[in-house]
Amino acid sequence: MTEACCIVVGASHAGGQLAVSLRQQGWEGRILIIGDEPFLPYNRPPLSKTFLSGEKHIEDLLIRPEAQYEKVGIEFLLGQRVKSIDRNNKTVTLNKGETFAYDKLALTTGARVRPLAIAGSELKGVLYLRDISDVEHIRQFIGKGKKAVIVGGGYIGLETAAMLRKLGLQVTVLEAAERILNRVTAPQVSEFYTRVHREEGVQLETGVEIQGFVGQDRVEGVQCGDGTVYPADLVIIGIGVIPNTELAQAAGLEVENGIKVNEFCQTSDPDITAAGDCTNHFNGFYQRNLRLESVQNAMEQARVAAATLCDKPIEYNALPWFWSDQYDIKLQIAGLSSGYDELVIRGDQNGSRKFSAFYLSKGRVIAVDAINNPQDFMFGKQIITRKLLVDKAGLSDPEISLKDFLKK
Amino acid sequence: MPVVTYISHDGAINEIEVASGTSVMQGAVDNMIDGIVAECGGSCSCATCHCYIDEAWLDKVPPASEMEKDMLECVLEPEDNSRLSCQITVTDELDGLVVKLPASQF
Repeated sequence: MTEACCIVVGASHAGGQLAVSLRQQGWEGRILIIGDEPFLPYNRPPLSKTFLSGEKHIEDLLIRPEAQYEKVGIEFLLGQRVKSIDRNNKTVTLNKGETFAYDKLALTTGARVRPLAIAGSELKGVLYLRDISDVEHIRQFIGKGKKAVIVGGGYIGLETAAMLRKLGLQVTVLEAAERILNRVTAPQVSEFYTRVHREEGVQLETGVEIQGFVGQDRVEGVQCGDGTVYPADLVIIGIGVIPNTELAQAAGLEVENGIKVNEFCQTSDPDITAAGDCTNHFNGFYQRNLRLESVQNAMEQARVAAATLCDKPIEYNALPWFWSDQYDIKLQIAGLSSGYDELVIRGDQNGSRKFSAFYLSKGRVIAVDAINNPQDFMFGKQIITRKLLVDKAGLSDPEISLKDFLKK
Repeated sequence: MPVVTYISHDGAINEIEVASGTSVMQGAVDNMIDGIVAECGGSCSCATCHCYIDEAWLDKVPPASEMEKDMLECVLEPEDNSRLSCQITVTDELDGLVVKLPASQF
């Protein structure tokens, strides 16, 4: 009998964790990770921060060094793309034609940037930020005094703006909606980040309709609907991501804004699991389907998927959380605020750089944005998961410790 | 190379060589030691790499930042010798460091 083989498609954060978890859960067969980037699994969050600034190098980004994978017999095939999955014969075929048989398959294909296809988007210096090669590309265009225009006032755009300011560039952020972070935070938190970025010297414009990029060979400016042209030596577009689901879809797996998985990270084929940004899964806490873009979700789902593949199922049940570092501000977000009916601010949002925003629904906290306020984040997480009814006056008073809420 | 000893909650002992300049957290993750989760990859954001420093080493480990101290007050079962292992960089001076891991990081 030949040993069982698990193939992991995608050498992502989820992919690497899934392989390691397989070993930890007792998978004795072969483990092969196939990835289209030429790198071992790496941490993406530093890309827009310390990797962009040059403080960190590729080897610092790697989640684990090569030797550690070798030690536990995890094999890699890097710089190769899987073209198709044959579920009947249980094989995957690479672009180059090579075919591998699997007993179990895990899809950790992640997401890719949403492209902005408008006039001039092919010009040199019109860039995105998602992987190592993107940042290496960006680095060729940056330098003190250069003009950078960021398209999109989401977390990626704002983190990049913060780092480029630190590197001495002139930075403009253009946002299509009426406020930055429109999709993910309350207006008060958007106002706070608007103030901070302006204090740090970023030109920040909202309600901007971008018509195209102008320039000969290289980008020279961003043309807007009201006739304004923002001069640019480089443009970084950060308008969201698209899950990589084509492979799953072509294989006949159920796909709906992500690869559909159950609470055990199983797809509609029981021998195939999926984990990370590419999945669409049911969240028991919020009672709805979610597709999350976060390290935490990638790691949690990877562990759950590995357990499933080892026939030791554990249920996925995690409160989503996120973080964002900009300037001297650490934002920690617990939960999802969508659908909140009341907001409680704890601390001074207008003058300081430390406060928290609690999102409530029917009197219970469903999410918290903690700004330089790690205790509110940590205790907030517990208040959310324990579904406590909270006294709003107490919640808004920074003098009252949140610990007291948990004792009740 | 400095050696760090990780003692799991169940008493399992792992003596690991950790390169100078690497964090105590990374040493655990690299070697697949279960008790450290490190969800945020070492940016002092999640407090899932909580450990207890062996009493004998307390005065040799540089002190925690305010941010770390704040986070540590909220971990499960905090003690005076609690630290976030991502914030401790291994150096030759820390050769022999012993850390104990908590029952749970959540």
